[in-house]
Amino acid sequence: MGVEIKVENLTKSFGKQLIWGDVTLTVPAGEICVMLGPSGTGKSVFLKTLIGLLKPDQGSIIIEGTDIASCSEKELYEIRKLFGVLFQDGAMFGSMNLYDNVAFPLREHTKKSESEIRSIVMEKMDLVGLLGAEDKLPGEISGGMRKRAGLARALVLDPEIVLFDEPDSGLDPVRTAFLNQLIVDLNAQIDATFLIVTHDINTARTVPDNIGLLYHKHLAMFGPREMLLSSEEPVVRQFLNAQRVGPIGMSEEKDADELAAEADQELPPLPPIPMQLEPSNGIPRRSQREPGAWCRENGVTPPPGSFEENMTMTTGA
Amino acid sequence: MASMTATRALAPVGAAGKLFAFGLDVGRALFRRPFQLREFIQQAWFIASVTIIPTALVAIPFGAVIALQVGGLIKQFGAQSFTGSASVLAVVQQAAPIATALLIAGAGGSAIAADLGARKIREELDAMMVLGIDPIQRLVVPRVLAAMLVAVFLNGLVSVVGVAGGYVFNVVLQDGTPGAYIASFTALAQLPDLWVGLVKATIFGLIAAVVAAYKGMNAAGGPKGVGDAVNESVVITFVLLFIVNFVISAIYLQVVPPKTG
Repeated sequence: MGVEIKVENLTKSFGKQLIWGDVTLTVPAGEICVMLGPSGTGKSVFLKTLIGLLKPDQGSIIIEGTDIASCSEKELYEIRKLFGVLFQDGAMFGSMNLYDNVAFPLREHTKKSESEIRSIVMEKMDLVGLLGAEDKLPGEISGGMRKRAGLARALVLDPEIVLFDEPDSGLDPVRTAFLNQLIVDLNAQIDATFLIVTHDINTARTVPDNIGLLYHKHLAMFGPREMLLSSEEPVVRQFLNAQRVGPIGMSEEKDADELAAEADQELPPLPPIPMQLEPSNGIPRRSQREPGAWCRENGVTPPPGSFEENMTMTTGA
Repeated sequence: MASMTATRALAPVGAAGKLFAFGLDVGRALFRRPFQLREFIQQAWFIASVTIIPTALVAIPFGAVIALQVGGLIKQFGAQSFTGSASVLAVVQQAAPIATALLIAGAGGSAIAADLGARKIREELDAMMVLGIDPIQRLVVPRVLAAMLVAVFLNGLVSVVGVAGGYVFNVVLQDGTPGAYIASFTALAQLPDLWVGLVKATIFGLIAAVVAAYKGMNAAGGPKGVGDAVNESVVITFVLLFIVNFVISAIYLQVVPPKTG
C-alpha cells in the first residue's frame, strides 16, 4: 500500500565536509518522488542514509514509527525488508546467475518451495523483460540488462518502498523511456512509495508526482511536480530547464563576478510543463493528479503551452 | 595543530579498535541462526584447495632444514639419539603452526580479502544489507570458521610431512639410525605439544580470516582499493600472527613443564 517516509532536519557530513544539512521532507505514501541535484551534491548519500547504510549526524528518518537514524541494528534489518533498492549498476551478485540473484531474497527470507519461488521469479523477470536470460551471469550482460535484473530483484519481496539510484545513468534514451514507463506502470500496479534519484531532467519532468532539488548542501525545494516546474526560483529554474544562466556553475557555485556579469541577461521563458507519464494501460494511478490541478489550486499560471498532448520535449536555451 | 597531531598519532589505535570491534561482531554473528552450512562447506573446500599443495611443498623443506640444523648441532653435543625428539618438538610446536599461518594468510586470506573487497566496491554488500541480510553472518562467519577448520587440518598435514621429511633427511643424508629417530619421538616431546600446535593453528586461522574479511569489507576507492586491501590484509596478518605465536609460546613454556628425558 506504500509507506510514508518522514525526514526531519537530516544532516550528514564526512569528517569536516558537510554533505547536506537540515533536510526536512515527507515522501508521501504511494507517490513517485524524484530527488534531483547537480553532480556531487550527495544524492546517493541521501539514498544510502534513507536505508540506514550511512548514519546521519543529526535528524531523524521515520518509517512506520521507527527512526532509522537511531534504531538498533536488529530493527534496521527488519525495516529494510520493506525496501527494494535498485543500485546504480544493479549490484547483482557476481557469482550467481540472474535467476539465483532474483531468487536470493526469497530463499533467504521466506520458506517458499522452489516451485513457488520459480513462479515469482519468472513473473518478475517477465515484468522487466528479461525472460530467457535467467542463466546468464551478471558479467555477461549489458549495463541496461543488469539494471533491469536489479529491479526484478528489488521487487521480488513486494516492497512498500522502492528506491532507485540513477536508473537512467548509462542507458540510451529509448531504454530510459522504457524504464520510465516501467516505473510508472509498476507504481500503478503495486502502489508502493517510489523515490528516484537522478539528474536526468526528462525523467524529472515527466515521471514523478513530487520533485525535490538538492543544491549547495541543502534541500532547495521539495513539492509537487507542477510547483517546481512553474517555479521562478533561480536554482530550481536553472536546473529543471538545463540552463547555463543561474546560480549553478561548472564547479558547484558561480562566484560573484560571474553572477554580476549575468545580472542583466534576460532569462529565457519557462518552457511549458509537459504531461505526466501515464500508466500504459490508461488507468490512472491512485496518486496521480489531473494535469494543471496544482497550478489552479494555487493560482499559478502555468507557462503557455503547458499540458498539451504531443507537445515537444524541449528543454534548455 | 596539536589536535591534528594527536589525531594522526592515535589513528593506528583507532584502526586496531575497529578491527577488534569487527572481530566481536563476527563472534556475535557466530551464534545467530540460520547457520550458513552451504557457504561454510564451499569456503572450506575452496580454502583447502588453494592451500594444500603449497603447504605440503613448504613443509618438506621446512622439516628438512630443521632436521639438518638440529641434527648437525646435536651431533656436536654427542646426543644423536635425541635427533628425532628435537625435530618433532620443533616441527609440531613451531614450524607447523607458522607454515600453516603463512599459507592461510597468504593464500586463503588474500582470496577472502579480494573476494569481499570486489563485492564491496560493486555495492554487492550494500545490496545484501538492503535485502535484510547481514553480510557478516552470511559471508564472514562461514569464511572464518572455514579458515579455522582448514588451518587445523593443514597443521596436521605440515606436522606429518615435516616430521617425515626430517626423518628422510636425517636417515639418508646424515646417516642417522632410523630406530633411534623414531624411538626418541617421545623422549622430549609430549602430548600437550601437539595440543598447543593445534590451538595455535586454530587461532591463526581465526586471525587471518578476520583481518582479511575486515580489510575486504572496508575496501574503498575502486579496483585499486581492492588491491590495497589484499596487500594490507596479508601484511597485517603476518605481523599479528608472529606476535601471537610469540605470546602463546611464551605462555605455554611457562604453564606446561618441559618433559625431562
